[in-house]
Amino acid sequence: MVRFLIRRVALGFLVLWLITVAVFGLFFVAPNNVARTLAGRQATPETVAAISHRLGLDQPLWKQYLDFVGNALHGDLGYDYYHQVPVTTILGSALPITLSLVFGAAFLWLGLGVFNGVISATHPRSFTDRSLTALSLFFYSTPTFLLGILLLYVLYFRLTLAGHTAFPAGGYAPFGGGLGPWAQHLVLPWFTLALVSAATYTRLTRASMLDVLGEDYVRTARSKGIGERRVVLRHGLRAALTPIVTQFGIDVGSLLGGVVVTETVFSLPGLGKTAIDAINQQDLPVIIGIVLFAAAAVVVANILVDLAYAVLDPRVRLH
Amino acid sequence: MALLEVRDLEVAFNTADGVVQAVRGLSFDVERGSTLAIVGESGSGKSVATQTIAGLTRGARVSGTARFDGIDLIGADPEVLRRVRGAQIGMIFQDPLSSLHPYYTVGWQIVEMIRAHRKVTKAVAQQRAAELLSIVGIPRAEQRIHDYPHQFSGGMRQRVMIAMAMALDPALLIADEPTTALDVTVQAQVLDVMRSLQERFGTAIILITHDLGVVAEMADEVVVMYAGAVMERAPRRTLFYRNHHPYTEGLLASLPSQGGTGQRLTPIPGSPPSLISLPAGCPFAPRCRYAFDRCWSVAPPLDMVHDDPAHRSACWLADDAQGRRDNQARNAAEAAAAGSSDRTPTPAGVGP
Repeated sequence: MVRFLIRRVALGFLVLWLITVAVFGLFFVAPNNVARTLAGRQATPETVAAISHRLGLDQPLWKQYLDFVGNALHGDLGYDYYHQVPVTTILGSALPITLSLVFGAAFLWLGLGVFNGVISATHPRSFTDRSLTALSLFFYSTPTFLLGILLLYVLYFRLTLAGHTAFPAGGYAPFGGGLGPWAQHLVLPWFTLALVSAATYTRLTRASMLDVLGEDYVRTARSKGIGERRVVLRHGLRAALTPIVTQFGIDVGSLLGGVVVTETVFSLPGLGKTAIDAINQQDLPVIIGIVLFAAAAVVVANILVDLAYAVLDPRVRLH
Repeated sequence: MALLEVRDLEVAFNTADGVVQAVRGLSFDVERGSTLAIVGESGSGKSVATQTIAGLTRGARVSGTARFDGIDLIGADPEVLRRVRGAQIGMIFQDPLSSLHPYYTVGWQIVEMIRAHRKVTKAVAQQRAAELLSIVGIPRAEQRIHDYPHQFSGGMRQRVMIAMAMALDPALLIADEPTTALDVTVQAQVLDVMRSLQERFGTAIILITHDLGVVAEMADEVVVMYAGAVMERAPRRTLFYRNHHPYTEGLLASLPSQGGTGQRLTPIPGSPPSLISLPAGCPFAPRCRYAFDRCWSVAPPLDMVHDDPAHRSACWLADDAQGRRDNQARNAAEAAAAGSSDRTPTPAGVGP
């Protein structure tokens, strides 16, 4: 177990290192005129050179890279090019927003998906099963931005015009400012994200449950005279969870890197929106910071998924 | 009154290809403390029949009655069935590894069974689980209740299944091919465990098997099933020494004999009919070397043989051997004359 963790963490650092190399390399292959942009149109070459020097852009690439890695190992990801704000500060203010969005939505879609999946699997080919399947495929095939805009149109625009202001147009209210406003700002983004993802979980749960309910040990459970609900949940769902947990870990991990579309539609200044802005401005330190965080989230999520296997299935031994 | 009285049990499933008639008109009794063996090849309906009695076949069309201790289990309320299952009818299955839940300890699984039917504390149930495991011969039972199924060997797992099925001292144990997935040496041990528990608790057993060796060792009475119907029913000794139905004869002939090394086995030619479109007459007629005209048109009823009320056979053949020899000789002659007829099976390597 401990050896497994050490190896996986080491592997994770290797992945992160490769990613810094890749991002650095890509950025400098592309034409780079940050200093010129900052200096303005009328700037003399001397001004541009001075700005380049201040940002360290006149240094050789390998030197810039080593400086970056050295600082990063001390927890310093540099300063953004335009406002000289520490990248860690930018990440720190965007992260709570993305975390609130992703975990709230994840909670919703997991609940919806697993509940619907279990209902579908216990009534296969019934009207309920087919309706749930059709409904989840509908949301699955709806683009996120469309669903987000539709929700905004109906539940914000139309409702506000009708004189009931239930939801804000967008933006974020910090958790510290009270649970009510925080949730009010996030309900529509949560549902936008969750409805699209829930379909995957409904289908996954249904398929996995149908497999498991046909297993011999479920027949044994029934032969023991256990109530049907307990047979389905304790014997069926418990064993069907493994693929669901895998998918969940991967989804949450990759979404933590930024939920670009949803954050943009609802004007949430989370990691996704920050990343888009940084890319538009070629703000390398911020881009690298976000990419590193996103990669770390995926790596950690994968380790957690593997640990979850061992907790869920006693036959799995990690080494 | 017998413990279990099954009458005219019919089980059919709707499938994409048509209606599968898995069990057709099955009737039998199981007396308290006795062992009934149900024999037949795969697909003969033996497992479906017993699982239907316990209410475990879903989506099937079922008719007939199965009176267990006075209650008809067919069409009974699910809650009534749930209370009977486990508490009064214990079940064990062919593959003990896949039949035990891989994610829970064996102790947990036995405790769950006990607590589904009795209001006892976890500690008491756990105590009982350990006791049961040691009764079925699992060493260090106190510690082993904390182990998972994959930590046991095949034979030990089946002992766990038996311990669980017997946890509430059921009146009837349905054992569905309990030794098929086990090594030969382990098979004997598992049968021993079942027999000693039967003596100790007076449990009746329905033993489903295709192994006539197991039948010879365990059964009081034997039901031979083919294509969902009973072909022959007899006490064990009668079945082995004075059997009547050609299918039973074929089953016995296909057994390897002791010390008969180098001797070829005698298989039954052909394969069982499709249960979707059954022939009009006797289902075994296409594979039967004694079949005659009547066998093809009218299905024989399960009638008394040798004036023995305990011995019944669904076959038109006369009780004596001479009639059989005549039929067989005639069939062989016809086959020779007609070249290869589609009706007559080719008796490959089967001499008179």
